[in-house]
Amino acid sequence: MALRSRRIDITEQSRPVLARHAKLKFDKARQVWVILVPERVLAPDEIAVEILQLCDGVRTVDQIIDGLAAKYTADRGEIGTDVIAMLKDLADKGFLAEAQDRKS
Amino acid sequence: MSPTLTDASPVHADPTDGLAVLEQRKSQAETFGIPLAVLAEVTHRCPLQCPYCSNPVELEGGGTELSTDEWKRVLSELADIGVLQIHFSGGEPTARKDLEELIRHATDVGLYTNLITSAVLLTKNKLAVLADAGLCHVQISFQGSESGVADRVAGLKDAHARKIEAAHWARELRLPLTVNAVMHRQNLFQLPDIIQLAVDLDADRLEVANVQYYGWALKNRAALMPTIAQIDETSRIVEEATERLKGILAIDYVVPDYYALRPKKCMGGWGRQFFNISPSGKILPCHAAETITGLEFESVRDHSIAWIWQNSDAFNRYRGTGWMPDPCQSCEFKEVDYGGCRCQAFALTGNAGNTDPACAKSSVHDSIFKTAMSESEGDSRRFIYRNFAGGTLENDPHEA
Repeated sequence: MALRSRRIDITEQSRPVLARHAKLKFDKARQVWVILVPERVLAPDEIAVEILQLCDGVRTVDQIIDGLAAKYTADRGEIGTDVIAMLKDLADKGFLAEAQDRKS
Repeated sequence: MSPTLTDASPVHADPTDGLAVLEQRKSQAETFGIPLAVLAEVTHRCPLQCPYCSNPVELEGGGTELSTDEWKRVLSELADIGVLQIHFSGGEPTARKDLEELIRHATDVGLYTNLITSAVLLTKNKLAVLADAGLCHVQISFQGSESGVADRVAGLKDAHARKIEAAHWARELRLPLTVNAVMHRQNLFQLPDIIQLAVDLDADRLEVANVQYYGWALKNRAALMPTIAQIDETSRIVEEATERLKGILAIDYVVPDYYALRPKKCMGGWGRQFFNISPSGKILPCHAAETITGLEFESVRDHSIAWIWQNSDAFNRYRGTGWMPDPCQSCEFKEVDYGGCRCQAFALTGNAGNTDPACAKSSVHDSIFKTAMSESEGDSRRFIYRNFAGGTLENDPHEA
């Protein structure tokens, strides 16, 4: 639907980055990572932070999953499901963009 | 592994709640940690004259406003003490010529910036400059679904058309957009069209906010108070639209508390998770707090913000639950709503320390409710427009 063109679908081939209006930041005062979005502050856990830091617009979701599976010597299928679920959740809220869409 | 994203903000019953939120855990809230978000009312000057304006009836003139350097110092200080988001509001924040510089500075010190605007002073170029300075989000107010009603409420010709134009620019610049619609008896019939307008404008979020009755709105209550039938219909419309537009438009809805049985948790509790800064630099527990006479508010010109947050008598007076008289003190909901709204208690009973009359347990709840009901059924339509002269009565349309 053209109206919602900025809402992206997440597949293993996506190269997601945080949208311009979603900022991942370490909150020094509270010593926690936060994602700042309009009217809200989200508190991602450590793994979510690690995934988002890998969303640099160069890596595909596929590569991100490979990297995490290798690092944690974990089942690729399980990791893939979790990573995609988290990214989909963020994308549905409008907080992720495709790399080429991003206005630098 | 199961990555999770916990929402640090509560479900907001009141959009002002969503502006500033502490961590949810109660033990932390009790320490009155610095709010996550702060409202900066950078000026009271505004080209609009909305009769329900949330600014105090006694507006601060342009000459008393903080200078550019003072605001920049304030923004740095906010970032230092742990504030994460800053909402530039007013009056009309774009009436300040240095807004670009303030947004750029806020961005430089790491604050997430939100512009709360009437949009009528914007040009596409001005908005682009603000976006380049780092602006993260725009909220535009609408007074109706079409110019007939909207321009009359705003007290400004062509206001509605300019807002529509500005909303398009915001989306062209890829700025996320919230449409804010303040609702009352004389525009509630347009709600379905306002919801459609927000969809057509490609907004991310719509705030349907019923007028809250202090200051200017209290002066205009007889012309603004919705009927019970209207409120029932509104709730139905919002519920239906929320379901239908899931994933397309997020809708936040604020019920008018006159028609509630329990008071709202105003500001998340007095001095718990919110403050705003007035144009002259006063730190206030809520934007209407100056309507309460007898409270003194400290200025950023005299103290650090952290000091004021911890030590200001105005903040400490109604913090927590210790100040509460009965029926609040013995009420099982005292830590749910913190006694409701201090400004409303003052406006309607003359004592800010009384139970908010919106609560059914207040001894004056029934009489106030009845007054409001009879006002809502009355035929008073003329507005007292908000201005620096203390208000101007709208011309009688029948005499025009």
